[in-house]
Amino acid sequence: MKATYREALNQALREEMRRDDRVFLIGEDVAYYQGAFKVSKGFLEEFGSRRVVDTPITELGFTGLAIGAAMAGLRPVVEVMTFNFAILAMDQIVNNAAKIRYMSGGQLSVPIVIRGPGSAAHQLAAQHSQSLEAWFCHVPGLKVVAPATPHDAKGLIKSAIRDENPVIFIEAQLLYPMQGEIGDGDYTIPLGVAEVKRPGTDVTLIAYSKMLLVALEAAEKLAQEGIQAEVVDPRTLRPLDLTTLAASAKKTGKVVVVEEGWPFAGLGAQIAESLYRQVFDYLDGPIVRVTGRDAPMPYARDLEDAAIPDADQVVAAAHQVLYRT
Amino acid sequence: MERAHLVHLYTQMLLIRRFEERTAEMYALGKIGGFCHLCIGEEAVAVGAVDALRPDDYVFSAYRDHGHCLARGSDPKRVMAELFGRVTGLCKGKGGSMHLVDAERRFMGGYAIVGGHLPLAAGVAFAVKYRGGDQVVLCFFGEGAVPSGACHETLNLAALWGLPVLFLCENNRYGMGTPVERAVALYSDVAQNAAAYGIEAGRVDGMDVLAVRDAVGKAVEQVRTRQRPYFLEAVTYRFLGHSMADPAHGHYRTKAEVDEAKKRDPVLLLRTRMLSERLATEADIKRIEQEVAQIVREAVEFADASPVPPVTALEEDVYTS
Repeated sequence: MKATYREALNQALREEMRRDDRVFLIGEDVAYYQGAFKVSKGFLEEFGSRRVVDTPITELGFTGLAIGAAMAGLRPVVEVMTFNFAILAMDQIVNNAAKIRYMSGGQLSVPIVIRGPGSAAHQLAAQHSQSLEAWFCHVPGLKVVAPATPHDAKGLIKSAIRDENPVIFIEAQLLYPMQGEIGDGDYTIPLGVAEVKRPGTDVTLIAYSKMLLVALEAAEKLAQEGIQAEVVDPRTLRPLDLTTLAASAKKTGKVVVVEEGWPFAGLGAQIAESLYRQVFDYLDGPIVRVTGRDAPMPYARDLEDAAIPDADQVVAAAHQVLYRT
Repeated sequence: MERAHLVHLYTQMLLIRRFEERTAEMYALGKIGGFCHLCIGEEAVAVGAVDALRPDDYVFSAYRDHGHCLARGSDPKRVMAELFGRVTGLCKGKGGSMHLVDAERRFMGGYAIVGGHLPLAAGVAFAVKYRGGDQVVLCFFGEGAVPSGACHETLNLAALWGLPVLFLCENNRYGMGTPVERAVALYSDVAQNAAAYGIEAGRVDGMDVLAVRDAVGKAVEQVRTRQRPYFLEAVTYRFLGHSMADPAHGHYRTKAEVDEAKKRDPVLLLRTRMLSERLATEADIKRIEQEVAQIVREAVEFADASPVPPVTALEEDVYTS
């Protein structure tokens, strides 16, 4: 069955809400407006205002409230209109959601999903275009998921909702209209399991979320030169499936990590460090990172294009690890 | 109020007082570390408020939480062991003084980012309402939290959605060293902040445990039956410093001011009243003092004899598997 990323999420959330009365959706404009990006289309009609809850524009307040509801046994799905606004709820996410289980010595738990789009779209400028996954991945107690395909989005959001821990689920505005084949009915994809999206033997390209599409495009270009790139999508960023990533790195001996976020202390640095610890002796050379540029996102289209990794940069990075210039 | 009930309230307040005094001693001996905030002077608010709850109601607190936890009936041994950082503590030594949790008693925890637990309390109330229950969530916080964004966002949501929360503001006049009049625009009556959101509010003498019991009892009843939040300001005073790290008065208040406040010591007020109204004899008071001393002594002995957590516990309880 074909579905867009948006439809896949809509289906999954709908199925989970039908399955479990404890699941409810809360956020800005999720009910009457049907979601800023229409992920919750039809929800108010089906589930009513008890379970599809419009909030005022107060991320700290409604995220904290949802964390409290989770402590009392409900399973909230918080929609942040974009992850930029989750910064306002950072204290609630880091100091409460992530730590309440630990601080209580295991007495309380916080089964919550906080989801919405991250990264850049088109010319939304600095405050609406950023990739904050590294912030969340840094925090023990949180799980972080960033699916790239409709199939993965559906299977992973279901696992996230059924998980007993707080899960940060990062979507992307530019992925919502993307179409793909999705599984039938009630399937789940476990958190913490990467997938090889394109097999290859010469070089490993690790990429997640929107950057998976860039990596796949690069792999296609490399194939035309006779280079077989293996593209691996971690899908879950914390916990990271190092086993799958390491197996590919071991096989090819050459690794490129692609991320849209800023380079300094970015997720690619962590992935590279983890791989060095496991497979250093199998690598033919240093891991190369392709990242967003080290500046706030500019508005001007040309500058924005230059700030975000593209397939040509990934191809160039692959050439670098293959010592082809 | 019946004599036995009064004796119970008095015993609870005295327990908290003596527990806190021993906590200070243990801190001085290095048995307790970190930030430690004692509630001496504020016992009547904790005891009077919690007494008005049902066992299935919920309680949230901030970082000055020992008294609230003890008032809720948590085992003093396990509370002291938590302060000692021992494996027998309520939270296995992982929470400490500022993060006591006793889920069995629905004591949902002490939180140490000022104002940060108010949304959580509203969230538990949201869950109660979602399930059609009639429990009430009692949320303690200091007047220092009143100007925070978390407080205002929560008051708005609780009023907007009719959540069964009793916001109990313990106004002890000082947010660390800053007096309320230099922190809150409507300082003469901080409950006015709630009125701005259409939340009914009241004020009570926080040194009089019977007045607190009465005011909270009425407020809880109202929250439960009307499914609306309520904001109660309890006017109280902290007799010691903000934490163990500072003296009783310091530069921000005078010794004379502290001495003046101590004339209305909540424990002494109730004792005097019980004696003058012949609801207790000197012998009763002495017996209660001995009982409480025994409980606190045993709590310290238990804590001191308990093992420290094994290092293997360090990475446990981070995730639920």
